Amino acid sequence: MTLILFAFLALIALAGGLGVVLSRNPVHSALSLLLNFASIAVIYFLLHAQFLGVVQVIVYAGAIVVLFLFVVMLIGGNIGPYRHGSRTVTSVIAVGLAAAFLALVVWSVVQVLPMSATPVGAPDAGSVQAVGMALYTDYLVPFELASLLLLVGMLGGVVLARRYQPFAEDETQ
Amino acid sequence: MMIDYLPLLILFVVAAVFAAIAIIMPSLIGPKNPNKMKQEPIESGMIPFTDARQRFPVQYYMVAVLFILFDIEVVFMYPWAVLLNKLKVFGLIEMGFFLLILLIGYVYVWRKGAFEWD
Amino acid sequence: MDLSSIDLRAIGAWFHGLLISSGMSQTGIHVIEALVGALLLLIFGLTLVIFLIWLERKLAGRIQDRLGPNRVGPYGLLQTVADALKLLTKEDVTPLDADRVPYNLAPGLAVFHVIMALAVIPFSNRVIGADINVGVLYLMAVGAIGSMAALMAGWASNNKYALIGGFRVVAQLLSYEIPLVLAMIIPVMVSGTMRMNGLAVAQGSIFGFGWFVWTLPLAFLIFFVASLAEGERAPFDLLEAESEIVAGYNIEYSGMKFAWFFLAFFMNSWVLAAIGTTIFFGGWQGPFVDQLPALGVIYFLGKTMILFFVQAWVRATFPRLRIDQMMSFCWKFLVPMALVLFAAVAIILKLNLPQPLEAITLLVANVAILLTGVTLLGRTQRKALYAPKRAFTPTIPRL
Repeated sequence: MTLILFAFLALIALAGGLGVVLSRNPVHSALSLLLNFASIAVIYFLLHAQFLGVVQVIVYAGAIVVLFLFVVMLIGGNIGPYRHGSRTVTSVIAVGLAAAFLALVVWSVVQVLPMSATPVGAPDAGSVQAVGMALYTDYLVPFELASLLLLVGMLGGVVLARRYQPFAEDETQ
Repeated sequence: MMIDYLPLLILFVVAAVFAAIAIIMPSLIGPKNPNKMKQEPIESGMIPFTDARQRFPVQYYMVAVLFILFDIEVVFMYPWAVLLNKLKVFGLIEMGFFLLILLIGYVYVWRKGAFEWD
Repeated sequence: MDLSSIDLRAIGAWFHGLLISSGMSQTGIHVIEALVGALLLLIFGLTLVIFLIWLERKLAGRIQDRLGPNRVGPYGLLQTVADALKLLTKEDVTPLDADRVPYNLAPGLAVFHVIMALAVIPFSNRVIGADINVGVLYLMAVGAIGSMAALMAGWASNNKYALIGGFRVVAQLLSYEIPLVLAMIIPVMVSGTMRMNGLAVAQGSIFGFGWFVWTLPLAFLIFFVASLAEGERAPFDLLEAESEIVAGYNIEYSGMKFAWFFLAFFMNSWVLAAIGTTIFFGGWQGPFVDQLPALGVIYFLGKTMILFFVQAWVRATFPRLRIDQMMSFCWKFLVPMALVLFAAVAIILKLNLPQPLEAITLLVANVAILLTGVTLLGRTQRKALYAPKRAFTPTIPRL
């Protein structure tokens, strides 16, 4: 039952991923990405990682994809396929990077073999309580560093957006 | 555990099927005589010109960025809120530190006028 | 919805027995019961919307000294049914150059997200679609899908008004989601659970009247204002703004596809009212609910209807805000106030005061923060009002 669901979801996720790469229209790419994120969220649920699953939908499907769409629309969604520089060079780089990434994934999968589709660890290891407890006791430093990361993101967003605002007369207004 | 989520999964399927019917049904039931005039986008009596998908003010991008950051912040705060009575006073200090760093960013963003719309 | 634990226990038990006698496996029984529950939820939602649309039109009519619908059926009750039938027979027009996939997907997604949101609403102690561990965050996630639908509709329609509307919706829904979830986190903090039913259970003290709204009135106010914006209601209905951008993101939709957006709008409002009821007004809690569990459903629906009534009342009364006012109200007033409230409540809860004292301290903190916030807001607004104006400089409103 779980295995069938997993296979089904993995296929959807793959289809979404292919859609991202193969779509000519950047908006369609972003929507395929949404499909991909959504199916991965359900896979998290299958692994009993409920908190991660919900966060996946909130942060990735809800916020990141909207940001992508905004960026696409910011630069004009109807600009057509992106062509810059030589196509062969681009594709060689892309294939190289993809191969490197694939190698990385395969290597890390081999590290944890044998795998099972059912989750390992305690039955509620993915619940909010368990995740929170780990986050606020064992992984305290990463948690605080995350806030610094968010701070940098905020500053970066403001700096980027300000540069393109031609009508701003008074910065501090 | 899994049984908790079974109703959710079933409802997901039911809602998806219903939505699919909702999308397909109108084109089956209603009449169909399209013509060019009818299919033009409405522009309040003007003749439509250019593609509608134009560039957009950067302000919206700013809102999206701020939303993501605050969203992630809130997502971090929720497990903490659930655990509040189990964590010691140190937990309070942790969250205070987390919020303080974000407060710096918030004040900076405010001073830079990112919340102004014009 | 687990039928075996429904309050109408006899029916549930009978159905459960029927399934067992048919010799099905345990999983099969669970699937069938969940399916029946899901269909019941769907039918309940659709019927409810028909009633809600009538109710809101009638209320708005009375408030604005009109009659409201009164021709079809007694008191115009069948007006919505007639409207739905009419919309069914209308042509489904797709504008030229529309991006077909997102254009057709958007109304489906809008309906999908409101139905999914119904899943975690506790109608009574045991009558809940799925009482999951991450209830509040689940609602947040489902809400994110709704703003996606609006953005898709606005983008795909190839209409300038639709695009403006779509962008406005997303800006508004995203911005107001922050104060909304910051207000929802405060009851979560007090009760220490994210289960929707757990939140309702936590408010059972004082004869079923230990509602969080008494101790956390400011949290409820922030939640309510933000839920008006999330529900796309006046005074935050910039995305529809009939007089400015015609109808916003759903301008190009006709016939039934428009009806789905309309349905999603009303159901979304009701779901927000139901969330408010569950989190702040004790949900199904009330006197004698332990003795007679069926009362819970009545309490819950009654409270939700009152909240929905207030939403409709506000909608029928207030004019629309400008977009810059809307954005600065959210980011400069609601968000800081919610953050201060969050910090204050966290510190008070950590003081470990004895029970009545803790509740009083929470209430005092809420009122103090509210008064300070409003005073500061009033002062800055007055300053802006009397500030020396420059010679005529027309400000060009951004989209």
